[in-house]
Amino acid sequence: MIRNDVAITPELVKEHGLKPDEYERFVALIGRTPTITELGIVSAMWNEHCSYKSSRLHLRGLPTKAPWVIQGPGENAGVIDIGDGLACVFKMESHNHPSFIEPYQGATTGVGGILRDVFTMGARPIAALNFLRFGEPDHPKTPHLVSGVVAGIGGYGNSFGVPTVGGSVGFHPRYNGNILVNAMAVGLARTNEIFYAAATGVGNPIVYLGSKTGRDGIHGATMASAEFDESSEEKRPTVQVGDPFAEKLLLEACLELMKSGAVIAIQDMGAAGLTCSAVEMGAKGDLGVELDLDKVPCREEGMTAYEMMLSESQERMLMVLKPGMEKEAEAIFIKWGLDFAIIGRTTDTLRFVVKHQGEVMADLPIKELGDEAPLYDRPHIANTHLPVIPATSVKAPVSEADALLKLVGSPDQCSKRWVWEQYDHLILGNTVQMPGGDAGVVRVEDGPKGLAMTTDVTPRYCEADPVEGGKQAVAEAWRNITAVGGLPLAITDNLNFGNPERPEVMGQFVGCLRGISDACRALDFPVVSGNVSLYNETNGQGILPTPAIGGVGLLDDVTVNASVAFKREGDAVILIGETQGWLGQSIYLRDICGREEGAPPPVDLTAERRNGDFVRQLIRSRQVKTVHDCSDGGLALALAEMAMAGGIGAVIATAPEGLPLHAFLFGEDQGRYVLAVNPDEAADILYEAASIGVPAMALGVTGGDSLILPGGQAISVKKLKAAHESWLPDYMAGKA
Amino acid sequence: MKSAVLVFPGSNREGDMVRALTQAGSKVEKVWHADHELPKGTDLVVLPGGFSYGDYLRCGAIAGRAHIMDAVRAHAARGGLVLGVCNGFQILCESGLLPGILMRNANLKFICHRQFLRVERNDTVFAKRYAKGQAIDVCVAHGEGNYTADTETLKRLEGESLVAFRYCDADGQVTPDANRNGSMNSIAGIYSEKLNVMGMMPHPENLIEDLVGGTDGRGLFESLVSSFAKAA
Repeated sequence: MIRNDVAITPELVKEHGLKPDEYERFVALIGRTPTITELGIVSAMWNEHCSYKSSRLHLRGLPTKAPWVIQGPGENAGVIDIGDGLACVFKMESHNHPSFIEPYQGATTGVGGILRDVFTMGARPIAALNFLRFGEPDHPKTPHLVSGVVAGIGGYGNSFGVPTVGGSVGFHPRYNGNILVNAMAVGLARTNEIFYAAATGVGNPIVYLGSKTGRDGIHGATMASAEFDESSEEKRPTVQVGDPFAEKLLLEACLELMKSGAVIAIQDMGAAGLTCSAVEMGAKGDLGVELDLDKVPCREEGMTAYEMMLSESQERMLMVLKPGMEKEAEAIFIKWGLDFAIIGRTTDTLRFVVKHQGEVMADLPIKELGDEAPLYDRPHIANTHLPVIPATSVKAPVSEADALLKLVGSPDQCSKRWVWEQYDHLILGNTVQMPGGDAGVVRVEDGPKGLAMTTDVTPRYCEADPVEGGKQAVAEAWRNITAVGGLPLAITDNLNFGNPERPEVMGQFVGCLRGISDACRALDFPVVSGNVSLYNETNGQGILPTPAIGGVGLLDDVTVNASVAFKREGDAVILIGETQGWLGQSIYLRDICGREEGAPPPVDLTAERRNGDFVRQLIRSRQVKTVHDCSDGGLALALAEMAMAGGIGAVIATAPEGLPLHAFLFGEDQGRYVLAVNPDEAADILYEAASIGVPAMALGVTGGDSLILPGGQAISVKKLKAAHESWLPDYMAGKA
Repeated sequence: MKSAVLVFPGSNREGDMVRALTQAGSKVEKVWHADHELPKGTDLVVLPGGFSYGDYLRCGAIAGRAHIMDAVRAHAARGGLVLGVCNGFQILCESGLLPGILMRNANLKFICHRQFLRVERNDTVFAKRYAKGQAIDVCVAHGEGNYTADTETLKRLEGESLVAFRYCDADGQVTPDANRNGSMNSIAGIYSEKLNVMGMMPHPENLIEDLVGGTDGRGLFESLVSSFAKAA
């Protein structure tokens, strides 16, 4: 039992993750020594995870506005207008640290948290995605982490009842001690029925809803703001446990309550639980908040104010209700079997007052808890530019066909079917394109609209050149949405980096953000929500800079879409975009030559937009149904994936002169798409492209049961497929 | 035809089921688990997929004992039609309306994928729009779909031709590879003795439109609705 009058020592301050100067700042702000409950509250509000103290300064530079943006960053999730009175609500968030310590529960609560962010805004979740990075396959912990995280994501999403329609899975030694588990949720709401966190009105009841409060997750957000070391596993008790059943009930109850007109403001209890949600509701509404903790539904007896304020028990919500509607609200929650308790009220004092057993445990200025959080302009150094590696200096493989076969069966490029078959990707009956393509596509209600969604970033590019890498991440998300026929509308960003107190890491962060900003501006693809995850380091080894981008786009008519699979024999295969044969930082260079070197491919945002707009127009005018973008592994991998998905081969007859064949096939030049089109229309399409300055070339024709590369090397689709499908299941069975 | 789709806390495919039934031409009403009676004039009761009560106990064990299940048992005893899909099948087994039980999948993982089923008989109100022996392309999404029963029950199901669907490959061959959850005799769905109650793990309700993968699931709903059009 922690008494509220326990003496505040420097050690105690340190244990709460506050630096001495941060503590001094707090003491100066309140004009006295804080109580232990107050110290707990400020540690929760001022840690990196909640205060964005290292990142806030730089996040301000991101473009967040567009005519279709209803709500940008700063709320539970971003909101965009998709026409006809409908809004798309989405966000991505990390649960990296907990997932490394307890993979199943870490992943479930990550999914639960992001779903809650979306339905807190009044939206019903219609799709989920994720972005996962694990350590090298040979690391002894990797299979266990893959197995637990995947089961956890499925365990939560499947039970909650949302289709998981897309994601990304990759491996790299730099994630050995810090895996990445980023979960994204997409929901649908009416534009005139969006709910926000800002409280209004003095004396209105503050209501606690959902599951009971326990001692789980206390200081979870503080853990997420520290580096790991060998003792990290001792932090297992700070990982929360997810209950998707409770969340499903909470979803239905919240949406029903919102419909009743009783809700003024709503905020989910995520990181730092009751503290963060109550402070945000008050501070955003310029109101004070008074809580009576005697009323909080608790799972365990004898919980102190300190514990209740810092608990991260899951599936809980805080609402400000319209006065007089308490009974109606309570009836809805009782119907769904959930706890409902009036635990406080709004005040005009601008103070955050917490009472327990008749005693004031905390009395703090509410605005300052957020606004006066430390803000750091941490020193950052720009990365040195790596040399451009000329294609001619990279050795050719003995056989391009064998190199391709190796790549399709490699850990990063192989089929992730083993993963996404554990996710219900078909529930709700609106999944038009399931995982395995360029982007997930779901129909909106009964149509005709559809939404396209994807998660992307190429961390090795970001490491080699943060600015270009940041640009590329946004461009690739934009390209993947374009490739299915969607008009890219907005992104959510999940910025995963190492320790920001190291200038080179801060340099990566600043550089990536610059690249992201440039690309978002050039592509009219603003940031509407996001999350920053720093301190992804173990024993001083940071992760690759990984700003995961979750993109969302709109299809006006979802029946008019394109997919990667070759659909029939005899189609003409066309390459859109310019190929220089860029092998620096390519998968070929890394996985065939064993070199992680050089500058990554530059992104020409003007060409990106021009090429993409051209491809999208071809899809929308129903001239093209088969499209795949070129990314990791270049043209060769794109062709192989199209052949495998359709079970149809192709003869690729043409390769440009003056370019080594392996550079043409495996170069990772940006802004490129492969199309398969009706042969009668191929000439028109090439002519059209030429007339508006879009580089396009005829590559060959679909057909047969092999992919035949320029020069005649053939590789059977069956063999490709066997290699592509077998690595992950074999690896997880301990056979690879 | 009038259908009642039961909603338990944790049901999550009730919307998909309502859409499939409506599209086939049935009137549909959702019925809350705590109700004691079915709507008047209910012809078909449907128990949809989901994770009733979180499936934290045995799947379907708590829902099988819900208030509304007394009404469902009475409806079935009168010869009324009952369809249970996925969690609904599990609930029917737990409530005693169908024999056997659904165990954890053989690989101990949740699996979601397209799946062919062989139609074992088409002389029932559930399957008359299919051909006997036809391989229909639907999907599965479950962690506990491994149909298990004692030898006696299995013998009776087979002897009385009460197996509705079996997992098969695209050519209609019932092979071990096609039986991914490890069900006994590759059983994907079964009938009650009087053929008025049917439970199945796969989801015909998710394959009713070309846009979302195919229309092979429609036959089941159209069979039901057309049976009633004639009877009425």
